[in-house]
Amino acid sequence: MTAQDSKGIPLTTPRLSATFTPDVNSDIRRAAATGIYDIRGGGAKRKLPSFDDLLFMGASISRYPLEGYREKCETSVTIGALNAENPIELDIPITIAGMSFGALSGPAKEALGRGASAAGTSTTTGDGGMTPEERGHSSKLVYQYLPSRYGMNPDDLRKADAIEIVVGQGAKPGGGGMLLGQKISDRVAEMRTLPGGIDQRSACRHPDWTGPDDLEIKILELREITGWKVPIYVKVAGARPYYDTTLAVKSGADAVVLDGMQGGTAATQDVFIEHVGLPTLAIIRPAVQALQDLGMHRKVQLILSGGIRSGADVAKAMALGADAVAIGTAALIALGDNDPKWEAEYNALGTTAGAYDDWHEGRDPAGITTQDPDLMARLDPVEGGRRLRNYLKVMTLEAQTIARACGKNHLHNLEPEDLVALTMEAAAMARVPLAGTDWYPGKPGTTY
Amino acid sequence: MQTLDLQDVGLRTVNATLHAQSEQTNQTAWEVTNPRGAHAIACGLDAPIEVSVKGSTGYYCGGMNQQATIHIEGSAGPGTGENIMSGKIVIEGDASQYLGATGHGGLIVVKGNASSRCGISMKGVDIVVQGNIGHMSAFMGQSGNLVVCGDAGDALGDSCYEARFFVRGKVKSLGADCVQKEMRPEHLELLTSLLEAAGIDADPTEFTRYGSARTLYHFDVDNAGAY
Repeated sequence: MTAQDSKGIPLTTPRLSATFTPDVNSDIRRAAATGIYDIRGGGAKRKLPSFDDLLFMGASISRYPLEGYREKCETSVTIGALNAENPIELDIPITIAGMSFGALSGPAKEALGRGASAAGTSTTTGDGGMTPEERGHSSKLVYQYLPSRYGMNPDDLRKADAIEIVVGQGAKPGGGGMLLGQKISDRVAEMRTLPGGIDQRSACRHPDWTGPDDLEIKILELREITGWKVPIYVKVAGARPYYDTTLAVKSGADAVVLDGMQGGTAATQDVFIEHVGLPTLAIIRPAVQALQDLGMHRKVQLILSGGIRSGADVAKAMALGADAVAIGTAALIALGDNDPKWEAEYNALGTTAGAYDDWHEGRDPAGITTQDPDLMARLDPVEGGRRLRNYLKVMTLEAQTIARACGKNHLHNLEPEDLVALTMEAAAMARVPLAGTDWYPGKPGTTY
Repeated sequence: MQTLDLQDVGLRTVNATLHAQSEQTNQTAWEVTNPRGAHAIACGLDAPIEVSVKGSTGYYCGGMNQQATIHIEGSAGPGTGENIMSGKIVIEGDASQYLGATGHGGLIVVKGNASSRCGISMKGVDIVVQGNIGHMSAFMGQSGNLVVCGDAGDALGDSCYEARFFVRGKVKSLGADCVQKEMRPEHLELLTSLLEAAGIDADPTEFTRYGSARTLYHFDVDNAGAY
């Protein structure tokens, strides 16, 4: 029976606003109560055009597949052979993205190193310098060169297998970093030359160079200091991928790391994460176009990151022209981040498994994004490393499965021609046809 | 004295030769001739050697220096001595912007003036400038000492942490959270030793000390306008 008021008039169904949703209203109430914006970890949570909007067509009469269990499908990748005496040789094209000691615990960094090494790939330092645990357990370690230069020193620089100059990251193009006081333990403070327990800020611009002309000289300096031995990557946020890739290459980068807005951060304003930057799907084709226009595609490697979760994502990124991908959030989940087994503790923090993103507060029940000794002890780095290795192996097998189905004997042989899009948006961004058509928005020669 | 003519042998040979010097090297005296403003000269050194650069240098001369003493007999380009860890760099002329950026240790002496962002994000380096320094110097300075015998430009020590600043002349303006501080005996003693190490004859009592008020150490909505 329809609800009625006291006069017997039927009541309309309560209707929530599509503009003022419960989420929006809670944001407003929080802002009104605190006077400060919301800070959180992770990447964009909003629904975005993504690799899920693409499909591989697979083989048919016109395309021959490879035998799944008999014919090889190679996965190796070489990064940085353009200038470096010792380029990075990886067994699989899935690397571990930069995440700082400080944001992550020491055991978590060790687990990342163990897992990556067991899978034949590299891991990356972050905004806090290089730890012995990480170096010791990473067969290939990329050393990030960030605006803050926390812990930066030439001894560690020379221990690195590659250097990654970080200009930006997908979660916050144009933004600096922050690490709240509860995570500035004595060890973190010492590595960063800061007083313990303060809220630490990281600059958004490098202190000693601005613009591509300076960057070229900075790269020269780093090559001179390291004797031209190791590759130098430049990491940029997905903002203006065509121009940023062009300028990175012209500055002398051996590899470009391109990070979309689904890529995570340790801590940034929610408004920044959700409203600045481009989706990963939208940034790859302009970057590849830039490399092709310069005649540098496959000479300067393109490493794509930002919400890569599966072998299907890996295969799609590579089909669109990437040489490799990097994972961050997915690697943390493999270690145990947001695991439902900690649900009661997530609930106590006012959240639920899968939604926990207050990584900056240092109370991570999984013991990963924390410096609390009791919580840190929950992560066994050996077991964590094993889980990460398993995950990386599965992603690789999945990508190989798809590549064989497309008749490709190396993941690098996947190509845009193997793909179709399910939506107009994805077709336009990926520049592959809408499924069932030979057309995508913006296709050259198309008239409107 | 070993001589490396940069125009003759090229930058790679100059740096590789200097890098090849070990802790125990007997070849401790080097000169680099014809620098002609080249970038990255004598960067990444890690031996107790003395290197004289006979002219002006471009970007990043002496970058990430360890142990070595580098004497620039001219003016120095941007980022000279960036991320210096130890040792000493002496610049006879003027220094461009970002001098000693993020330096973790060692000493940099400028006989002339230093441009903007001198000592930006300094992390333990000591910098002594005989002349003036430009705007935004020691921005986010974390540790170490910046001594200025002349004047300082706008926004000195903006958002600084625990770095100390000693200025003899005028400061055009102080940056966010940077304040004048009392010059106690231990500071006079420190300043005396810094001036002595730099070989500069100046009276420490004529200097004023500045440093962090530490009000921005923890996020507070009432400070939002200062960030």
